[in-house]
Amino acid sequence: MKQIDYTCIVCPQSCDITLVDEEGKITVSGNRCVRGENYARNEYTNPRRMITTTVSIKGSHIHMLPVISSDTVPKGMLKDCLHYLYTLQLEAPVTMGQIVVQDILGTGIDIIAARTISRSDQ
Amino acid sequence: MRKEQVDIAIIGGGPAGLAAAVRAKELGVKKVMLIERDADLGGILNQCIHDGFGLIRFKKQLSGCEYAQRFVDMVHQNDIQVMLGAMVLELHPDKTLLVTSEKEGLTQVDAGAVILAMGCRERTRSQVGIMGSRPAGVLTAGAVQKYINVEGFLPGKRAVILGSGDIGLIMARRMTLEGIKVEGVYEVMPSPGGLRRNVVQCLEDYGIPLHLSTTVTAIHGKERITGVTVAQVDAQRKPIKRTERQIACDLLVLSVGLIPENELSRGAGIMLSSITRGPLVDDGMMTSVPGIFAAGNVAAVFDLVDYVSATGERAAASAAAYLKKGAPVGSSYAI
Repeated sequence: MKQIDYTCIVCPQSCDITLVDEEGKITVSGNRCVRGENYARNEYTNPRRMITTTVSIKGSHIHMLPVISSDTVPKGMLKDCLHYLYTLQLEAPVTMGQIVVQDILGTGIDIIAARTISRSDQ
Repeated sequence: MRKEQVDIAIIGGGPAGLAAAVRAKELGVKKVMLIERDADLGGILNQCIHDGFGLIRFKKQLSGCEYAQRFVDMVHQNDIQVMLGAMVLELHPDKTLLVTSEKEGLTQVDAGAVILAMGCRERTRSQVGIMGSRPAGVLTAGAVQKYINVEGFLPGKRAVILGSGDIGLIMARRMTLEGIKVEGVYEVMPSPGGLRRNVVQCLEDYGIPLHLSTTVTAIHGKERITGVTVAQVDAQRKPIKRTERQIACDLLVLSVGLIPENELSRGAGIMLSSITRGPLVDDGMMTSVPGIFAAGNVAAVFDLVDYVSATGERAAASAAAYLKKGAPVGSSYAI
């Protein structure tokens, strides 16, 4: 039997969650919602995280476009995804929700503009 | 001097001001003016690129920027007069404001009601009394956040963070991801100041040590910070001798608390609360000066932006009622 304690990072409640693995039979306790259960199971098998960062943009008085991933990516892919995003150079205008990168590094996850930036004097 | 007459003047285009402006319009207030000092609406949310915002209001984990943009879009869809790059120099109890901007020059605004939404400020080095020289490279967490997320600069290579408030924890992760080595987070209290989930996802995920009951006792360096001295503290938060050690760094990040921005409120003779450190407000968010309301972090520092927006909406509803009745709307002075 294997027992691991997690702190859920999904919402500010920060639930203490215990995951027990009895020869492949996994039980989760301590969570106050289903998101917590999913978090603990993912954390045990394949930890995932959201990507939030900025991408360089031209054509506006704002020089950095904040972006967010459409969903979580495998934790181990985080750095590679960031390094890829740092190589990009976008051009204003951009509208919030617009896909900036489709299927980043084959993860199946899109990178999305988190802000609307219209063209303006730089 | 230009003169303008409006029904409601809102000072500050962050989450509280945005929500107040939109709600005032929804309630049928005719002339709503939103005054913002920065070049864009959104306030501090524009530099909050991380997610975790809006779970209560939008049932979705948004980044701070996305949360702001949703409200900014609503402001643009409504007939709200937005003044950007405009700073309120004076606020008077008769609800007149003196506003200056590069575009419009000096303007006197006569308002039927005023909503204060200036937010809060970070406590600085002098407010926590750290000894030593005064070199460059000692910055608040919010300033570091602005340099990295908005301006696109890295303000150092090796950082020490003092204080474990949420902004400090968020910046520990952000700096690490951007290639700044974070030596550790030092917290004078015996428990972390920020949310547990932020300790987990911002520090533990990246192997950044959190030193509790430990503080920075001195700053070293002449032109640029070269290091700090840290020491453990006793139950009275006094540094313990012989626990001191020096750490080399070129950046000290302060995440040591927030205080409502009270300059205009004081000038207008508004009573302040010793509990919230912002204006004393009734249950309709009206201050001690009739017709002047306060919303968001200027009234009390909130943990979640969802609550900030809610107070903006409540202040707008009270201001709209005040315009109709011209009488106080709240019932008691309590937070």
